[in-house]
Amino acid sequence: MDEKKTAWERLQLIHVKDRPTIREYIPLIFTDYYEMHGDRLFGDDKAIFGGIARLNNIPVTIISMVKGRNINENKECNFAMPHPEGYRKALRLARQAEKFHRPIICFIDTPGAFCGIAAEERGMGEAIAKNIAEFMTLRTPIISIVLGEAGSGGALALGVCDELAMLENAQYSVLSPRGFASILWKDASREQEACEIMRITAEDMVEMGVAEAIIEEPLGGAHNDIDKISENIKEYLSKKIPEKCQKDIDVLLKERYTKFRKIGEFTE
Amino acid sequence: MLEDFFKVVKKRFNDGDDEYKPPMFKCPRCQELSPLIQYEERRRICPKCGYHGRLSAQERIAITADKDSFRELDSKLRSGNPINFPEYESKLRQSSESTGLSEAIITGTATIKGSECVLGVMDSRFLMGSMGSVVGEKVARAFEYATEHNLPVVMFTCSGGARMQEGIVSLMQMAKTSGAVKLHSDNGGLYIPVLTDPTTGGVTASFASLGDIIIAEPKVLVGFAGRRVIEDTIRQRLPEGFQLAEFQQDKGFVDMIVERRKMRSVLSHLLKLHGYNKKEV
Repeated sequence: MDEKKTAWERLQLIHVKDRPTIREYIPLIFTDYYEMHGDRLFGDDKAIFGGIARLNNIPVTIISMVKGRNINENKECNFAMPHPEGYRKALRLARQAEKFHRPIICFIDTPGAFCGIAAEERGMGEAIAKNIAEFMTLRTPIISIVLGEAGSGGALALGVCDELAMLENAQYSVLSPRGFASILWKDASREQEACEIMRITAEDMVEMGVAEAIIEEPLGGAHNDIDKISENIKEYLSKKIPEKCQKDIDVLLKERYTKFRKIGEFTE
Repeated sequence: MLEDFFKVVKKRFNDGDDEYKPPMFKCPRCQELSPLIQYEERRRICPKCGYHGRLSAQERIAITADKDSFRELDSKLRSGNPINFPEYESKLRQSSESTGLSEAIITGTATIKGSECVLGVMDSRFLMGSMGSVVGEKVARAFEYATEHNLPVVMFTCSGGARMQEGIVSLMQMAKTSGAVKLHSDNGGLYIPVLTDPTTGGVTASFASLGDIIIAEPKVLVGFAGRRVIEDTIRQRLPEGFQLAEFQQDKGFVDMIVERRKMRSVLSHLLKLHGYNKKEV
C-alpha cells in the first residue's frame, strides 16, 4: 500500500488519464462477457454499461458507469454521467439478475448524474430514487466497488449493496469538492481545502461505515499495473460473492437495510 | 432593560412607517409586486399568478391537521457533526433560534378530517430544508412507525437537497429514507408526498419521488439539479416554466396539483379512498 497520501493527492491520481476503466477491467476479471443494452423504455445510455459474465464459474450481472480514456470515448459515454435512462437500464438488468438468481456486481465511477434539461424532463430524481429503493430489497446479493470517483446521488443509484469496497485511491462524496466549495463558500477555487475537509477517502468511508473494504492499488496508482489491480479486485470478489450467496436471502436483506439505517450522527 | 426599551421604540417607529409604505411581496415566479398583507392573508399565495409560497412547518401543520390532533414523534433528536465541519454547530444553533425548530423537519401523528396518518413537514427556513442525519433518521422512523401501526404517510417536502456540512453521511440518508419508504410500501402502506417550494436535490432523488400518489402545490419548484448548475453545464438559458410543478406533471412525475385551500379535503378523500377511515376512539 502507498505511503499515506492526502485526499487532494488521491484526487489527482484518480484523474490520471490512464486510470483503468471498466472496459479494461472486464476481460481481466471476468469471462464469457455479454453486454446488454437499453432500458426498454427510452433508449440505451452509454454512460451505463451492463451485462452478464462469469466470475470464476459463477454467472453474475455486471452494472457499471463507463469512463472514456480519450475525448471521443468520453463524448460517447458522456463522461460517465448517466441520464435517467441509464439508471433505468441498470434497474432492468438488476431485476433480470434477481429473476435468474445471479449476484450483482456494480462498479461506480462517475462525477455524478448528468445535469441537463433532458435529464430533468425524463425524471432524474425519480430514476435515482427508484434505484435506491428497489436495490434495497432486490433478492440477490449486491457488491459495489468504487473504481475512481463516486459523486452524489448519481453514484448512490448503484451504491445500495450488501458490501461496498473502495479502490485504495477512490473517493466517495456528496458532491465534487469543487461544487462543495462553490456552494458552501461561494468560491470554487477553494477546491483543495474542501477536498481535505469533506472526508472522502477510502479510509474515511470505512471509518464512517459507508464502505466495508479497501482494495489495495499498485504503488503510484491503479494505472501503474492493471494486471495487479485486476487481480486484487478479482480476489476480493472471489471471496465475497460466494460468501454472500451462501447467506439466507432474508438475513442478507435485513443486513443490507441495517447497513444504511445506522449511518448518521445524532443525539437523543 | 434599556436595550429592550430601545427595541420597543424602534419597533414603534417602524410600525409607524408601515402605514405610509406598506411592505410589498415580490413573487419569485411572475416578478409582480403585491402588498405583503394581501399575500399573507391569502396564506402566502401570490395574488397575481397563484404561486404557492413557503410556509413554516408549524403553519403547515396548523392548516393541515385537525385541531389539537398533532402528536410529535422523535422531537428530541439533535444533529451531531459527523465530519467535524467548522461552525456547523453554531449554524444549527442559529437556525434553531430563528425558526423555533430543532431540525428541518417535524414528524408526528395526526388526523386529517378524522383520518389518522403519520405526518411529516419540512421547513426550508432551517438550513434550506437540507437533509442530514436528523432529517434522515426522523423520516426513516416516521415510515417505520407507520409500517408498524399500519398507517398512511403524508409528507410535505421542501429541501435544497443533501446537507453539505455532513458530507457523505448526508448522502447516505437518501438510502436510509428510501429503504424505509420501500418497506412501508411493500407492507401495503399508502404514501402521499406533497411537493412544496422548493423540492430539489437529494430529497427529490429519494423519498419525495417514491409516493403512491404524488401531489404538488401550484408553481412550486421541483427538480433534481439546481437551475444554476444546469445553466453552467449546458451553457444555455432554461425554458420558461422549467422544473415547476406543472412541468413535472406534464412530464409525468406528479399526479395532481392541488391548491392550498383544497389540500386538506383532497388528502382526507384520498386517505378514505384507501380505507383509512376515521380514527377509532
